[in-house]
Amino acid sequence: SSGPKSLREMPHPLATSSSEEMGPALTPSPDLLQPRSIADKDLSLPNGTPVDTSSPASSSSLLNRLQLDDDLDGETRDLFVTVDDPKKHVCTMETYITYRVTTKTTRAEFDLPEYSVRRRYQDFDWLRNKLEESQPTHLIPPLPEKFVVKGVVDRFSEEFVETRRKALDKFLKRITDHPVLSFNEHFNVFLTAKDLNTYKKQGMALLSKVGESVKYVTGGYKLRSRPLEFAAIGEYLDTFSLKLGTIDRIAQRIIKEQLEYLVELREYGPVYSTWGGLEVELAEPLEGVSACIGNCCTALEELSEDMTEDFLPVLREYILYSDSMKNVLKKRDQVQAEYEAKLEAVALKKEDRPKVPTDVEKCQDRVECFNADLKADMERWQNNKRQDFRQLLMGMADKNIQYYEKCLTAWESIIPLLQDKPETK
Amino acid sequence: MEDCLAKKMEITVSEAEKRTGRNAVNMQETYTAYLIETRAVESQSEGQCAPVDSLWRRYSEFELLRNYLSVTYPHIVVPPLPEKRADFVWHKLSADNMDPDFVERRRIGLENFLLRVASHPVLCQDKIFYSFLTQESGWKEMVNETGFQLKADSRLKALNATFRVKNPDKRFTELKHYSDELQSVISHLLRVRARVADRLYGVYKVHGNYGRVFSEWSAIEKEMGDGLQSAGHHMDVYAASIDDILEEEEHYADQLKEYLFYAEALRAVCRKHELMQYDLEMAAQDLTSKKQQCEELATGTVRTFSLKGMTSKLFGQETPEQREAKIKVLEEQIQEGEEQLKSKNLEGRDFVKSAWADIERFKEQKNHDLKEALISYAVMQISMCKKGIQVWTNAKECFSKM
Repeated sequence: SSGPKSLREMPHPLATSSSEEMGPALTPSPDLLQPRSIADKDLSLPNGTPVDTSSPASSSSLLNRLQLDDDLDGETRDLFVTVDDPKKHVCTMETYITYRVTTKTTRAEFDLPEYSVRRRYQDFDWLRNKLEESQPTHLIPPLPEKFVVKGVVDRFSEEFVETRRKALDKFLKRITDHPVLSFNEHFNVFLTAKDLNTYKKQGMALLSKVGESVKYVTGGYKLRSRPLEFAAIGEYLDTFSLKLGTIDRIAQRIIKEQLEYLVELREYGPVYSTWGGLEVELAEPLEGVSACIGNCCTALEELSEDMTEDFLPVLREYILYSDSMKNVLKKRDQVQAEYEAKLEAVALKKEDRPKVPTDVEKCQDRVECFNADLKADMERWQNNKRQDFRQLLMGMADKNIQYYEKCLTAWESIIPLLQDKPETK
Repeated sequence: MEDCLAKKMEITVSEAEKRTGRNAVNMQETYTAYLIETRAVESQSEGQCAPVDSLWRRYSEFELLRNYLSVTYPHIVVPPLPEKRADFVWHKLSADNMDPDFVERRRIGLENFLLRVASHPVLCQDKIFYSFLTQESGWKEMVNETGFQLKADSRLKALNATFRVKNPDKRFTELKHYSDELQSVISHLLRVRARVADRLYGVYKVHGNYGRVFSEWSAIEKEMGDGLQSAGHHMDVYAASIDDILEEEEHYADQLKEYLFYAEALRAVCRKHELMQYDLEMAAQDLTSKKQQCEELATGTVRTFSLKGMTSKLFGQETPEQREAKIKVLEEQIQEGEEQLKSKNLEGRDFVKSAWADIERFKEQKNHDLKEALISYAVMQISMCKKGIQVWTNAKECFSKM
């Protein structure tokens, strides 16, 4: 792979001369999709979110994003990250997509106030793994699925790339919002390094720092008793991901039924037109009904597309989130189990040393740290979850309302046509 | 229109009842009987209402009535009956004739049929029709005594026979073509509409599952619980709303079906014209050939081949007396033929005139009725959209409280 090109070498998304390099079905950056031609800088909010006013749902999502910002312990936001501008790279060995990651910050941990780098999915994956390794007591947000499950999905289609871009953007924003993760060294490098691959190879050296090299025993210790609150969280997560799974299936079923309904509607509308061709006085009314049904078809298509692109991916993201959280809970259990086992071993030895050995002390520290971090993260997660689902479900309701409004307009507009008397024409 | 029966008499098919009885081959059968109620329309002077007369009729008697009318008034586009068997069903509707929804829609259809006949300027004056409404017993015998069955059999054969007419009235040819196309397009429309209804039903009903899962989910949530629970309720409302929506749409489908069957009646009138025209052309042809025969016999020249001519050549000529006798017979036939041709011509012209008048009346009725049907369909769609907006707006509010 030739690696990501520098920004100057990147062909402009709308430049026709480089269209072959870009590939046929690529989305220009979201800001360029707006009818205005101003650069995205003028249109994005302070936290880097580009302004998307295509639907009321997204403006309410903007508001929710702003509310989220209050989360950072009353501090004003000082780090903003955005993922946009997907581009296709065709190399001898492979073809892949990179995304532009833009950072704006006033933090001292960053050398410059602004950064713009290009990253591909495996870079995000690397980051997540590094975060899990280096911050094992924290909940790391999920990434969109690595491999496409349904065989027919095109990895380079506009819809797939856009859905993935949104998920990657969310991933980074969640890390940005986190008071501990956002200061992680790997995160910093991810946002700033021109050549990430070099850093990745050097990565082993950084791990030698104390506190980051915590290795956790995998299995072997049996947990005595799980603290009530973590047991409750575990139970909650089990039911939660179950319900989400059900909702995912229902949503998919609805989309399927809607598309089958659409197929029939597409045959239905034109029959009125055919009939109109036979008639004289009824020709216009019948043609009007045909056109009306056509408009409803378009509206329905848009609804199904929106649900597929915006609703389902977020649901799935939360299922992944729950799964990774359950893993963190398991790790916590392990840390506690190890501590308990070591404590018991000491007690059994019945040494009359007044002090508890430092080894056991360290374990106890670890348990308490883990519990504290996890508790804080859970609270944050619960709050974000509530806001995310509020936004998601309101968005779903909105899309349905818009669909019905479009159909209503279509049908109301033909009433005068149907009532028209031929003499008045 | 002032003289039509519909203005003088209120007619309703008010009830339907399941009956059991013995049929023609003495086997037990179940059928539905319909109650026809009639009441004379009084002038508004007194507040008193005239008494209601009523009698029961079953579908087969309606069929008998309609057959009688079709045969007796071949120049009229006779209103059709509602379908005999449930057709163009989508999955929820039963195809069973005993199904209460089907029976109810049929009741309405039969009432509509009677009103159509009663408001037709010609048909409403028919005595058999009047007796159908007012005389329970002995009506069937009365109909059969008219002897219309004989005409009915030959009519049926004629409707389906193929024959070439040399000079049909172009308007009727075009109209027959139109009626064929109309039947085809309305059938197609009804079939697809049924499939559309089926799919739409699926979409709405699946949303009901949201109701259940939101309820279950709300049980494990603290702040989100109430919002989810109440939103789930709205999803249940949404899912349930489709039943009434689609039931209303069936009335629209019935309106279309009426005109599907009307197209058949229209076609029958066109065919009748073709039949009469063909009959006329055959009679004219026959007359021409008889005249020719006569001429040949008179002048002794044989211009056309005939078996008789050959046999006479072979077996000897006829005597002048025999020839005279033949000529006389032919001349009688020719005279008869000419009279018949004249009356057929007159019949044909009368038929064309009166049929076309009824066709014009029918066209206006059709345009008016179908426009009304399309308007009511659009209104139904508007109502459905508004309900959808309402439900989702309610759900959105619940979500906003999460």
